[in-house]
Order: sequence, then C-alpha cells, then structure tokens
Amino acid sequence: MSVNVISVEKLTFCFNGIEVLQDISFAVEKGSYLGVAGPNGSGKSTLIKNILGILQPRQGNVYLFGQPLASFREWNKIGYLPQRLAALNTHFPGTVREIVQLGAGRKADSRNISRVLQMMEIEHLSSRPIGELSYGQQQRAMLARALASKPELLIFDEPTTALDPQTRENFYHLTHDLNLQQGTTIILVTHDTGVLGNYARRLLYLDKKIIFLGTFGDFCASAEMTDIFGGASQHIICHQHDRRSA
Amino acid sequence: MSLGEILSFAFIQRAILAGSLIAAVCSILGVFLVLRRMSLIGDGLAHTTFGSVAVVLLLGASPLYVTLAALPLVLISSLAILKLTSSKKIFGDAAIGVVSSIGIAAGIVLASLSGGYNVDLFSYLFGNILTVNQTELLLSLVVFAVVAGSVIFFYQDLFAVTFDEELARSMGIKTNRINIILFLLTAVAAVLAMKVTGIMLVSAMLILPPLTALQLTVSFKATIAVSAVFSVLSVICGIIFSFMLNIPAGGTIVICNVLFLFISFVIRKILPAANSQLIN
Repeated sequence: MSVNVISVEKLTFCFNGIEVLQDISFAVEKGSYLGVAGPNGSGKSTLIKNILGILQPRQGNVYLFGQPLASFREWNKIGYLPQRLAALNTHFPGTVREIVQLGAGRKADSRNISRVLQMMEIEHLSSRPIGELSYGQQQRAMLARALASKPELLIFDEPTTALDPQTRENFYHLTHDLNLQQGTTIILVTHDTGVLGNYARRLLYLDKKIIFLGTFGDFCASAEMTDIFGGASQHIICHQHDRRSA
Repeated sequence: MSLGEILSFAFIQRAILAGSLIAAVCSILGVFLVLRRMSLIGDGLAHTTFGSVAVVLLLGASPLYVTLAALPLVLISSLAILKLTSSKKIFGDAAIGVVSSIGIAAGIVLASLSGGYNVDLFSYLFGNILTVNQTELLLSLVVFAVVAGSVIFFYQDLFAVTFDEELARSMGIKTNRINIILFLLTAVAAVLAMKVTGIMLVSAMLILPPLTALQLTVSFKATIAVSAVFSVLSVICGIIFSFMLNIPAGGTIVICNVLFLFISFVIRKILPAANSQLIN
C-alpha cells in the first residue's frame, strides 16, 4: 500500500484570534500534481507553511511521508520554493552556488550543484552574490536550491510572479517533466487557475476552508465552480486541461 | 622603542594573543548578527554586562574573576533579549533597548550602593586589554575554540537562518535552537570583549569587522574569514599604537577598525571589479 506524501487532518490555523484556515483535511498521493488555488487572503500560503512546520496549527495533524510532522526528519525529500523571501538583504554576501548548496544539505555533491545550475541556466551567475541579482534571477536560484536535493516532493508557492513569459513557460514544462518522468510529487500554489488547467491533475480550491477538491474532470462538471469562476472561465481552464491531457 | 622591544614584553604578548582571540570571536559572530540586522544586540549585552559587573563588584568578587562571575547574568539577559525579540508585540530593536536600559539602570544604582563609581568599574567601561591575566587569556582561548567549533559544526544551519529564517524552518532546521546558540555565544563574546575595548565599545567589535569584510568579499565564507582577519589586524595595530603613543588601547583598537572600514569603502568605490577578483 503506498503511503501518502502528505496527509492533513482537520487542520485549523488562527492568526490574532481569527481563523485563517478552518477544518482542512486532504491527502496528496505519491506522483500526483496538485494545484492549489483560491483568491487573495484565502490561506493558500498559510496552508503550505502549516504543512512545512513554518507555522503551528491550532488544531489538527500533518503527516509527511507517513510520519507526524513533529518527528519527520527526512527534509531532503522536500523542495520548497516560497512566494518571496521574507527579507532578502541586498548586501547578503552568499553566492548563488552557496545558496544552491544549502538546498543539497551537508552532503552536497558539486556535480549535482552544477547540474541544477545548468538546468536553471544560471551557471554563469554561480559566483555572484544572490542579493545583487534581479528578482527573476533570484527566483531561478531559489528554484535550483529547491531541486538540489533531488526531492520527492516539490512545493511551489506562487513561483513565477517575477519571471518573464518564456522562463515562466519553461518553469511549468520543467515541473511537468519532473512529475511525469521522475515521478516527483508536485504541489503548485497559484492564483492563476488557467495555469493549473494546463499542468495539474487535481485541484484544491481554498477560501479559508476547502471549497473544492478533486480531479479536473470533477472540477469541470462542478456547478459550485461555475458559480465561482463563471461558465466561460471554467470552460477555458477545462479546455486547456483537456488539450494538455490529450 | 623599536617594534621588537615592544613585542618582547610579556604583557603585550598576552594582550595581543587574548585580544586577537576575542576579536576573532566577535567578528565571526558579528557577520551573522549584522546580516540579520541584530547588530545592536552587542550594545544591549554590553550594557547588561555593565549591570552584571556592578553586581559582581558589589558582592566583592576578586577582580581576577569578574569576567567569569558576570557571565551567568549576561547569558540570562541574552535569552531575555531573544525571548522579547521573538515576541510579535515588541520590535527587535525595542526589545534590545528594554534589556539594555535595565542593565544600565541596574549598573548605576548598584555602583552607587557600593560607594560610587570606583576604578574597577571604570576599567570595565573603557577596557584595559594590557592588564589581561593568564586566567582571562585561557578563557579567551577556550571561548575561541567553542565559538569556532560551534560555527563549523552548525555552519549550514547558521547560514540558512541568516539567509532566511522561514526558509530554514521549511528545511527542518530548529531555528529557535540556532538562535539560542547564537545569542549565548554572543553573550560570552560580549563579556570577554569588555576587557578589550570596554563596555562602551563592545558593539564596535561585533559590527565594524563584518562591515569591512562585506565591502570586499563576494561569498559568505570569505566574509567570515576576512572579517576575522581585519579584527585581528585591528587589535595588533591598536595595541602597538596605543603603547607607542601612550593612549588607551580600547579606543585605539576601535579607531583601527574604523580606518580599515574606511579603506574598504574606498577600495570598493575605486576598484569594484579588482577587489572581487582579489578576494574571491
């Protein structure tokens, strides 16, 4: 029996006494590609931070690879690309290579570091301090960091905000290839639901609580989603998904 | 008097050795503090050290053991600063200000109770590296070994927390534990540094060498190494110049640090490309 990569049970999170997440329960199977969508302030990033232990839920449990979050130790199985770095100092002297090595952990293999730098087309920037790079270059470095440990689970939180259209498209292709060819489980958080129609096989729509969780087939047939998105938008998303699936 | 003659004095040798070890400790920890915008923790801990020294002197401790005796109170204060800075209700700089004020206020009141400001307290306020004794030299060596060992052992975690604390937590790093280690080591460094530059200038030991290194280096590891080199150079030059010119060693060491910072600014302005080639 395969163990779920992530299991979330009855998770509730409060901030300043206000419930930001209410009674969230879902599971992510190995090898799946889950899209997480929802309006601004719906709790998408907060959910991810609860799953990764950055924030502590008021109630509920999180299991990673079958283990309770509190006793989980195999963090090299997870690559995480945050929405934005909390406070990246422009004078931070760490080079791109040092940052990417951070993702690989204590047993960093220099050939693997070079491989991910090449994959993200930032090898020429490897000795530059990350604080001196453009936001888009920083984001590619951060993606390389997330990939450096060859993770089994990749979590992307609004990853393409600062990327140009071509790099953005390349990024989504990369996630698609990692998912299909290497079986990497992907969780992609975005408010761009159209993108999810292109790449994700399952959709979790959040607005403090789970509004929808299911396959894109279910999503396309859902009257609730038609109410939220409007028939035309829903049709476009479903059409993109069908085209990609074909 | 020639340089060779100056360096032949045992007390100068002790001062240079102990000063260099303490300066290296401060400059290494300072890199993490400066980059995390916690530079003023040195000031806060130094002021707390003032209060702790006043307590120790009031209790009549031997001057030989004041440094050791002040340590527990400063360690507790460092944890108080950490606890307050972690609070969402108090800004980090304000938290340092709170603990700092308590330290100074306690120091003033206790010094008054012990019969006013005496010579001992003044020597801690303004430093006196030339009077460093064997116990303090040995203590400096032990602290240097502990700090260097801790930084090497926890390097990945310290680097991750300095880069982005939230990201570090997502990698399973116990950021609270790393913060406690960093604050406790800084507290020990601050207590030792009061002997070198005095309580009033402890923060200079934590801030100036890392700032100098940041002007010249283009990698994190190089920043730590260059910071330590400049701090040691400042101590050596400061002690020698202070002896030659008969001026206070603590202030001279800090002035040397400032001069190196100024030179690094100039190098960065004039030779931006050359310096990266040189150091990297």
